[in-house]
Amino acid sequence: MCLAIPGKIKSIISDEPLSRTARVDFGGTIREVNLVCVPEAKIGDYVLVHVGMALSTIDETEAQQVFRYLREMEDLSESRESGDEIS
Amino acid sequence: MKFLDEYRDPTAVRRYVRAIAEITTRDWTIMEICGGQTHSIVKFGLDSLLPDKITLLHGPGCPVCVTPAELIDKAIEIASRPEVIFCSFGDMMRVPGTGKDLLSVKAAGGDIRMVYSPLDAVRLARENPHRQVVFFAIGFETTAPANAMAVMQAKQSGLKNFTVLVSHVLVPPAIEAILSSPDNRVQGFLAAGHVCAVMGYTEYEPIAEQFRVPIVVTGFEPLDIIQGIYLCIKQLEEKRFEVENAYSRVVNREGNRTAQRVMGDLFRVVNRKWRGIGEIPASGLGLKEEYKEFDAELRFGVAGKKVEEATECISGLILRGMKKPPDCPAYGTKCTPEHPLGATMVSSEGTCAAYYSYRRLAPLGKSESQRQKNG
Amino acid sequence: MDKKIEPSCPIPITDYPHILLAHGGGGKLMHQLLEKIILPSFDNPALNSRHDGAVLKMGQVRIAFTTDSYVVQPLFFPGGDIGSLAINGTVNDLAMCGAGPLYLSAGFILEEGFPMETLWRVVQSMKKAAQDAGVSLVTGDTKVVDRGKGDQIFINTAGIGLIKHDLNISPASVVPGDAIILSGDIGRHGMAIMSARENIGFESAIESDCAPLHEMVLKLLEEKIKIHCLRDLTRGGLAGGLVEIAETCNCRLEIDESRIKIREEVRSACELLGLDPFYVANEGRFIAFVPEADATRSIDILRQFDNGRESTVIGGVHESDAGLVVLKTIMGVGRIVDMMSGEQLPRIC
Repeated sequence: MCLAIPGKIKSIISDEPLSRTARVDFGGTIREVNLVCVPEAKIGDYVLVHVGMALSTIDETEAQQVFRYLREMEDLSESRESGDEIS
Repeated sequence: MKFLDEYRDPTAVRRYVRAIAEITTRDWTIMEICGGQTHSIVKFGLDSLLPDKITLLHGPGCPVCVTPAELIDKAIEIASRPEVIFCSFGDMMRVPGTGKDLLSVKAAGGDIRMVYSPLDAVRLARENPHRQVVFFAIGFETTAPANAMAVMQAKQSGLKNFTVLVSHVLVPPAIEAILSSPDNRVQGFLAAGHVCAVMGYTEYEPIAEQFRVPIVVTGFEPLDIIQGIYLCIKQLEEKRFEVENAYSRVVNREGNRTAQRVMGDLFRVVNRKWRGIGEIPASGLGLKEEYKEFDAELRFGVAGKKVEEATECISGLILRGMKKPPDCPAYGTKCTPEHPLGATMVSSEGTCAAYYSYRRLAPLGKSESQRQKNG
Repeated sequence: MDKKIEPSCPIPITDYPHILLAHGGGGKLMHQLLEKIILPSFDNPALNSRHDGAVLKMGQVRIAFTTDSYVVQPLFFPGGDIGSLAINGTVNDLAMCGAGPLYLSAGFILEEGFPMETLWRVVQSMKKAAQDAGVSLVTGDTKVVDRGKGDQIFINTAGIGLIKHDLNISPASVVPGDAIILSGDIGRHGMAIMSARENIGFESAIESDCAPLHEMVLKLLEEKIKIHCLRDLTRGGLAGGLVEIAETCNCRLEIDESRIKIREEVRSACELLGLDPFYVANEGRFIAFVPEADATRSIDILRQFDNGRESTVIGGVHESDAGLVVLKTIMGVGRIVDMMSGEQLPRIC
């Protein structure tokens, strides 16, 4: 339902309470984005943006989760398989 | 693009597909709630990678599709007035009400502008003080903070010429409605990651427990979706019914508190009509009393307008996951994107339209390897 | 959910009583317009071939004849302007017939109050584009309409080119076994225009790909490549061009997503607005259908040109009961590519 994509904060152009605004770079496309909902976000952070509004700061550690899980899952399944062979 | 491309890696997707095949022992039916996820699934062809035992049903999470005809008729009435600049998201403009769509109003002389953000509509109101600027505020929880922010900015700037036509809907009541239906087939859900970015996922915990369904908070890229499916199937196989977060780079359990506060300041929970489904109690958001000066329905006197929706297509059943588009006799024959019979065929995010665009499938031919060498 | 509530749906819109912008969008509504109103009224073989231009025999020579109107806003956009577009667009339509473009006409419809200085800039841009393409602008017309009755400036150009080969370059000549060649990356023109649009706009380094294509085509012909069909990928984009050809030749066109180049900034702008780059307009890209045996040589020839350096085979033509375009996605799964119904609208929700 809700198209939202990640972009990197390049600069903060307004610090007004209702219109804290940044220039956000989406792989070479730059748009002004409202940062009111991500008060912790700073220059260099990646934020998830939906209709001109940042909704979340991307957690760079958690970004690896899907790959980490895949590796753990496969390790587990391999050790199970080799375990089967031994028994 | 960072945080996008890495989640489209076909090798990693295939590794998850293999893992899904390994753990699946029986038939399972799961639903992705969100139209954006449906779009990704058919665009990348993800469901054809899954074992036959798994059926994916596509949920009602397309705000464009579920906006009731009544409200579109109100939008059309307001947009036809000469003093109005009517602002809308692009894909809403092609959805018909009971008669016309917004594009036809534009063709007949209405001043209708497509905007990227509701905040752009506020800017238009500032730049055009002698016109009435109306924004068509549709969407789920994801869009509510931006729409709320637009009204707050308008209030702060003292704008007297900005109003919103609100059609906000909420996900948890829709999930409950689907699960409460006697002919429900859904055994597990992929929750919409971007809704959860705002709301967190505590709301889903009692639902998972009460209805004994796994709910996996899932992102939108192929790898996110395929991992969401894996985790959902794993829970089903292990007879666990929990809320699990597979989109932790964006979502945390509590959600975005600031965004929730912004929404809470402006909106209150109301009963809402869903197109093709009907009224669901406490399933939408409306403006609070203290913001009623920004309510376009009141300003333009259309609040009382009621219309009956025609009863011809099965979009209601499709939105509730009881049928798939090919089950409908009109699908692809009487009903196509040019001649839509139902909302799910109108929006490119709608299930029928997504099926129609991407799904009338033919097998791939040979000689692929021969051609590779020419490139 | 209340069981009493029956599933319901909107009343269909089958025919629009007014022209919508979508009727000019290169999609299905535009085709309906052509099929219902234009083609039956002027029914003749040259028109019915539905190519980018008409191929006509005059005495012993064959010529190509074409026309196009330019209404782009904004008038100046990154990588081009309405003037260069008006020349290159018509030059390219001739090139797609395999013709060497020679002579162009230009008709200007100007709105009262349009700045003289802007007109001068547009005309100078046309002059330069015509010189670059080696064509002469030999006749023209100007009209002025009341303020508010036009949008600054509209330009129509028509062109004549000479055909020196004896091939029948047309969608009907496409046969199973043909290779499909794409002359470069896609989506730049449409997104350059989009970036400059009010209320949607964004900052970007995207420049239009607006460029003449005839030199590449003429070189292919000179090297005796047996071209079956050519199509420049303007409105409707790559998908629109492929679907039109598939429907005419009644074949299945299979293309491979991983072989289609899209620049990062074009892709990111499309992601932001929820647009599919396959449907975005180009003004300097074409697809060529050539026998598989000629494919490698064609690529070598095209890559000698600056504007053809990224030419590549993106797929091939297969036997089929119905005209169809099938895309092999990056996941390795096949899916249908359809024509858009009208103008592609940003998919924001």
